[in-house]
Amino acid sequence: MENNSEITIQTLQSQIEKLEKKVTKLEKNRKDQLSMAIVSGDMDKILAAMIISLAAAAMDTKVKLFFSFWALSALRDPKKHPKGKDFISKMFGMMLPSGKDKLKLSNMNMAGMGPMMIKILMKKKNVLSLGEMFEQAGQLGIEITICEMSMDLMGFKKEEFIDYPHLRYAGAATFVADAGESAFQLFI
Amino acid sequence: MTTEELKNVKSNLVVDARGTACPGPLLAAKKAIADIESGEIMEILSADEGTKNDIPRWCEKVGHEYLGCFDEDSFSRLFLVKE
Repeated sequence: MENNSEITIQTLQSQIEKLEKKVTKLEKNRKDQLSMAIVSGDMDKILAAMIISLAAAAMDTKVKLFFSFWALSALRDPKKHPKGKDFISKMFGMMLPSGKDKLKLSNMNMAGMGPMMIKILMKKKNVLSLGEMFEQAGQLGIEITICEMSMDLMGFKKEEFIDYPHLRYAGAATFVADAGESAFQLFI
Repeated sequence: MTTEELKNVKSNLVVDARGTACPGPLLAAKKAIADIESGEIMEILSADEGTKNDIPRWCEKVGHEYLGCFDEDSFSRLFLVKE
């Protein structure tokens, strides 16, 4: 009798050990984490990206945003004017929106009328502004990574981006590594 | 819980998130939940329709017990017990 129960305990123990190993492996594979590659610099798409990020962060999901190409405009600080840019970089800087309040709509932009109307509607309907969303994102620990390659390509300098508490600079491999361990990935 | 039962619930904390649209109420709830102890009841006031679906999903994921909600004239009251 005693012998029997000892054997049962032993089998249970080994089964538990196996399960524990499986669980750690699963946990490592799929973290409760959201990775987003944000390429678009359209106001509506940046809004969507930020709303999803905030909801995910509020639900205790770790959020990592990778900003690249046109999306970098959303991270520019209009008050900062870095020196030492070459001619083409200066031209690019002038042609691209100088920050999140100057982004265009992907549809119905109408030379700036569209974004103005959306902003009025957002205020009326109590939707957070992009500025408020970035502030909340900072408080919730949402990580923003700036793609260094596209930053260089478009002639942006580190000194012209917003002051954000969890800002870092990296390359595509960082996104790939982050995305690989995330439970879900989005491309915007 | 039925509406009648919910009306008699004594909340430990009421979070008024009527002034914000999605995902504002969820953000307000997430912040406020830190101010109460496990087992205490939080009540969220929201004028955002989507929140009535979002808060139960949040509870489900994070582990709080969602009690239910009922509508007032222009907003809803949602109740949950902290994990």
